[in-house]
Amino acid sequence: MEEIGNLMHGFAVALTWHNLVFMLVGILLGVLIGVLPGLGGANGVAILLPLTFTMHPTSAIIMLSCIYWGALFGGAITSILFNIPGEPWSVATTFDGYPMAQQGRAGEALTAAFTSSFVGALFAVLMITFLAPLVAKFALKFGPPEYFAIQLLTFCSFVGMGREPPAKTIAAMMLGFALAAVGLDTMTGTLRMTFGQTQLLQGFDFLVAVIGLFGLGEIFLTMEEGLAFKGKSAKIDPAVVLRTWAQLPRLWVTSLRSCLVGCWMGVTPGGATPASFMSYGMARRFSKDGDKFGEGQIEGVVAPETAAHAAGTSALLPMLTLGIPGSPTAAVLLGGLMIWGLQPGPLLFVEQKEFVWGLIASMYLGNIAGLLIVLTTVPWWAAILRIPFAIIAPVIVVICAIGAYTVHNNMFDVVMMLGFGVMGYLFKKLRYPLAPLILALVLGDMAETSFRQSMLLSGGSMSIFFANALVGSIVTLAILLLCWPLIGYLLDRWRASQGRPKRA
Amino acid sequence: MASNGKQPAGAIATRWVEIGVAVALVVVGAIVILDSHRVGVGWAPDGPRSGYFPNIIGWILAAVGAWIVGETVYRWKSLESKVFVEREQLKPVLQMLLPTIAYVALVALIGIYVASMIYIGAFMRVQGRFGWLKSLAVAIAVPVAIFLLFEIWFLVPLPKGPVENLLGY
Repeated sequence: MEEIGNLMHGFAVALTWHNLVFMLVGILLGVLIGVLPGLGGANGVAILLPLTFTMHPTSAIIMLSCIYWGALFGGAITSILFNIPGEPWSVATTFDGYPMAQQGRAGEALTAAFTSSFVGALFAVLMITFLAPLVAKFALKFGPPEYFAIQLLTFCSFVGMGREPPAKTIAAMMLGFALAAVGLDTMTGTLRMTFGQTQLLQGFDFLVAVIGLFGLGEIFLTMEEGLAFKGKSAKIDPAVVLRTWAQLPRLWVTSLRSCLVGCWMGVTPGGATPASFMSYGMARRFSKDGDKFGEGQIEGVVAPETAAHAAGTSALLPMLTLGIPGSPTAAVLLGGLMIWGLQPGPLLFVEQKEFVWGLIASMYLGNIAGLLIVLTTVPWWAAILRIPFAIIAPVIVVICAIGAYTVHNNMFDVVMMLGFGVMGYLFKKLRYPLAPLILALVLGDMAETSFRQSMLLSGGSMSIFFANALVGSIVTLAILLLCWPLIGYLLDRWRASQGRPKRA
Repeated sequence: MASNGKQPAGAIATRWVEIGVAVALVVVGAIVILDSHRVGVGWAPDGPRSGYFPNIIGWILAAVGAWIVGETVYRWKSLESKVFVEREQLKPVLQMLLPTIAYVALVALIGIYVASMIYIGAFMRVQGRFGWLKSLAVAIAVPVAIFLLFEIWFLVPLPKGPVENLLGY
């Protein structure tokens, strides 16, 4: 098979000493980022992106994607030991992970979490290996209407699958599009919404927004909670690891289900966070010990971790093949591709074979390395969390400021980061989702271009979005997802009026 | 967060913040619509004008913002007990926000290294109540590490001020 040959070639690229070192550095940095409050996959990668501008693109993406895997692993450590989710996608892991740690089964919970993360990622990477080339080949035939339809599907799925109120999801998204429109309109050369300010000519950079919204916003929230990290001690000895591994195969149904949920949510950008909740909920409903969930069930750790990692990894599939990221972190990586001079999209698989397959091979290696590293180094990370927040907080703010500055070597970006930080705090507290805002900011220009090109083709008629079976069915699916909260609401009303028990 | 009955004195009610943010969204939407009309929302000989797409976005944003305002007013009574943030919680947030604003201003004035030193040191002294020695150690170590990493190894220049100039950078 062609994919296997390509993959082997990719391993040859990834397995140079040079790239292995970057991989290791990436994983360690990633776990650190995942453990620290205020630094996460998205803004961590955003901050480090400027450091990679001079690196070879393949090495750069290997390091940055490994930071992403590391952050996915790291989130579980704080959830289980400290009951503090280091990342939004590990919130569901705290439900059963922390009770297990309280019962003195921290080692077991951590082993289960790391191993299922690994399984989820592996499943998603296998899917990427065999599905991505097909999708890319298929997408080569796409025209502007198809692209816009896919983007529409991306955004509608946030509304349909998100946990936040639909009105707020739409509001966050539209705000992202509006911010993306600021500056020079690349199609006509007109200046939009700059109001004579030269600072706004370049528009809002989403990297700055990511650092502000996720970084500073998170720090403010953490300050509000007045954190005193009181955690369980962590040591994983090999006997516990082996004993836990012996237990895990019995949970293969849960694992498989979580993998599928994760991949689905990652490809259609529901994202890792809803995937973890959904998977946890399904595990509780289908398990015969469902009522014991929340008291320290190992299944309650396996399900969300598998799904989160599968979603986080498979979010790279649409990014690589269509140029449409499935998560904020994938969006940041996409930004990186463009800065390194690579055009994301289906042609990447034709023109940049070495890059694509080097990246895919590094996903296998990075996750194996990640599993081994986190299993052996858990006590260190737990120790880092015991550093008082009064030291960590200002240092993280300094790092965020540097990250925002180095994007364009522009002081104004640091001021904007501060503004985005306050906005992130308000939005988080009022339950406005941040991921759609970021994705709209990233995809705004692309979506607008494909929309305008479609309108050009059709002379201003919306009928072009139903012109053929492919684009028509994608748009219909998108509209269905957009209306999903409404449909669900009406169904509930109807069932209630029928006198049947309400849907959970 | 939600407490029963009346909200405690000195707390900020969620409903006011909710309305404030939603009104801001409507205003942003209106600005987008106005600016789109300025550059043209219709068709030029070469296709849709620059304001064509943002105009649609602006209208949706304003409509959704208005919807959230309406929903909040509709549920005004039932939202009475919801507390956005209590005064004791607001204090640490402001203690973080205000020094950070000062820090950003300082970075613009005297460069990032000295500003970071002052910021980290002061924060540790005042917030964390650390001793002088410990505060100074961290306040000096972090900027030095950043200097080595960015300026020396990765050759990424960061904003500098008079002190760095004195040292020859």
